[in-house]
Amino acid sequence: MKVGVVTFPGSLDDVDARRAVTIGGNEAVALWHGDDDLKGVDAVVLPGGFSYGDYLRCGAISRFAPVMTSVVEAAGKGLPVLGICNGFQILCESHLLPGALIRNDHRKFVCRDQRLRIERVDTPWTSAYAEGAEVTIVLKNGEGGFVADEATLDMLEGEGRVVARYLGDNPNGSLRDIAGISNERGNVVGLMPHPEHAVEDLTGPGTDGLGFFTSLAEKAFA
Amino acid sequence: MARVVVDVMPKPEILDPQGKAVLGALPRLGFDLVTDVRQGKRFELQVDGEITDAVLAEVEDVARTLLSNPVIEDFEVHVEEHSVAEVAHEAGRA
Repeated sequence: MKVGVVTFPGSLDDVDARRAVTIGGNEAVALWHGDDDLKGVDAVVLPGGFSYGDYLRCGAISRFAPVMTSVVEAAGKGLPVLGICNGFQILCESHLLPGALIRNDHRKFVCRDQRLRIERVDTPWTSAYAEGAEVTIVLKNGEGGFVADEATLDMLEGEGRVVARYLGDNPNGSLRDIAGISNERGNVVGLMPHPEHAVEDLTGPGTDGLGFFTSLAEKAFA
Repeated sequence: MARVVVDVMPKPEILDPQGKAVLGALPRLGFDLVTDVRQGKRFELQVDGEITDAVLAEVEDVARTLLSNPVIEDFEVHVEEHSVAEVAHEAGRA
């Protein structure tokens, strides 16, 4: 499958994300924030970083980039979209996902190997995992605290839309230890930790993140 | 030229780590009277001509669409003749 990875001004992890896409057995296609052409890709990754310098709010300006108009429209038709870290913030600002991400409650940037439980596995990004799988992937954020009102949190839990949850100490103040969520249909997933940094043994804490990039192919050939 | 101000503040129920950090610094500096700090943003928007209802409606739209995130923030729009810089200058603080 062709997986587009969007580069915004200030994206940091677009190259790692493209590499992870390739290692996951798919073809990586570079997409540019200022171009609304999705180049016929079958899925899109919004990578981590500090797009537009995090000015105004994280993801607030990226949301209005020309490419996002196309991403939002295609996501509505079922295109798989994965937002990682800053990409998750952009998805929330775009209203493709509910809630918002605010500054870590302890006010420090956090960078560590994080244990997670994968709770929703019927998405195009997580089908390679067993339900309840415990994985370790990199977490690095300054504004990773997931917040939403109680009704929204209850809805996310009730509809099984919590994709991943932090295990052990809550690293950033996210309500109900939420590390990642999906839209109702499951094609849009936002995740604060970085699976693209955990796809090779040589670097990172292991290969637990690879499933996010192999799931697409498994789904396609299933 | 007219000026419309948009104040954006984190909702009361949303944790404000920046405000907490500022609050934490105050006693160390000997300021003991302040009991809470919330940190927000102030936008000073310039518009051409008179400030009409249509202008204010558009500014509300700008505030709702871009300047604030309704999930975590409230905003308030009001008309102010002078910018903070001008007021500070008048008061001899700048």
